[in-house]
Amino acid sequence: MAATSCNDSVIRILGVSFVLSGVTLLSELNLEVRRGETLVLLGRSGSGKTTTLKLVNRLLSPTSGEVYVNGVANARADLIRLRRSIGYVIQDVGLFPHFTVERNIGLVPEIEGWPEERIRARVQELLQVVGLDPQMAARYPHQLSGGQRQRVGVARALAADPSILLMDEPFGALDPLTRDELQREFLALQRRLHKTVVFVTHDLREALLLGSRIALMEAGRLVTVLAPQEFLRSTDPLASAYVRAFGDGLPPSADRGIS
Amino acid sequence: MNVLQFMLQNRSQVLELTLEHLWLVGISTLLAMAVGIPLGIAIAHRPRLNQPVLASANIIQTVPSLALFGFLLPVPWLGERADRLAILALALYALLPLIRNTYTGIRAVDPAVVEAGRGMGLTDSQLLFQVELPLAMSVILSGVRVAVVISVGLATIAAAIGAGGLGEFIFRGLAMVDNNVILAGAIPAAIMALVADLSVGWLERRLRPR
Repeated sequence: MAATSCNDSVIRILGVSFVLSGVTLLSELNLEVRRGETLVLLGRSGSGKTTTLKLVNRLLSPTSGEVYVNGVANARADLIRLRRSIGYVIQDVGLFPHFTVERNIGLVPEIEGWPEERIRARVQELLQVVGLDPQMAARYPHQLSGGQRQRVGVARALAADPSILLMDEPFGALDPLTRDELQREFLALQRRLHKTVVFVTHDLREALLLGSRIALMEAGRLVTVLAPQEFLRSTDPLASAYVRAFGDGLPPSADRGIS
Repeated sequence: MNVLQFMLQNRSQVLELTLEHLWLVGISTLLAMAVGIPLGIAIAHRPRLNQPVLASANIIQTVPSLALFGFLLPVPWLGERADRLAILALALYALLPLIRNTYTGIRAVDPAVVEAGRGMGLTDSQLLFQVELPLAMSVILSGVRVAVVISVGLATIAAAIGAGGLGEFIFRGLAMVDNNVILAGAIPAAIMALVADLSVGWLERRLRPR
């Protein structure tokens, strides 16, 4: 990798601003994501979380500043290669409705030219990883429940074994029980796979449960980056406002799956 | 003498004019698809082009068909052969439903699906051929269906400029004030429109995404 990568930062966002038709959505953002951690971007709607996420796989290009992934500036990277090396999971899942589960999961390997046998084996493996019955492979997305769809979405993002995973409120549209289940499975998965994850949510509970560190955003600015324990004790007015707003909904710290 | 007797007596001519009619409609529809579908794709991806392109296709649609045939008559290469001219005019009329339905079909693809595809690293053409076109196909085909049905009807007017087709019977019947002769042109044309409508409709349902 190039010399720009210091310590263990897999993603580095340096002085990034993003302006869309005169409106500043992000200003002077500096943020690093370390190898193997789950960095949660926490903030209300319009705070710039999703914009930040889309800068990483360059679905958006910064107005100024630069994003480095594995030490390479995104502006100089091959866009298609960059995106295929990053898993992307969104709230609306976006499964291809005309493809079976198997084809949905196997699409990137397929266009990467993997042999058919290897794709089939990979799909079976991933179905198991995300806790789905192997027989699901032949189903179409409309035959699945919301939770099953998002499991397929996660499996699809993992298909080509990317080292980075971007997740934009992946569990936001699920019912509370399914959400809990998927959050727990995500933690177990992450303990095994050690991906570098950037996870967007507006739910402090989810942030505390899943995050190695929490980056709090407000109005296009990064307010602070804190470990979950620090977040609960933080004197930052916005962070403590969050803690107060969630109040009793927060799990006791011992219950959290952070090692 | 009734219509059926007349058609039986003149069956070779009925067949010949029907084939001519089919040819006019078929070639013009293929031509219109070759232009209209790519144009529809282009304006779906570049919203700035959408207004001018759809407006032009709309304007063409408002020109009365007989007048359009007349306008095209003095054009050098076109005016030489009546069928050439008729095919172009029919293709122009077929453009609007094709452009509009392609545009609508592609715009109707769930943005989350497109975003996921882009985020996964699909190239523009992979996204178009693997995702957008398959998902838009049934809407595009319903445009083809409308275009074909319009063309079958309009192509009868091509006989006015000597391009042949079932319109020959209709114009002759009008001149002779003979309903049987008119019907000998109108009935096969109606059957043709129905068959086209049903078969493209069947294809459209087959390809509808779940």
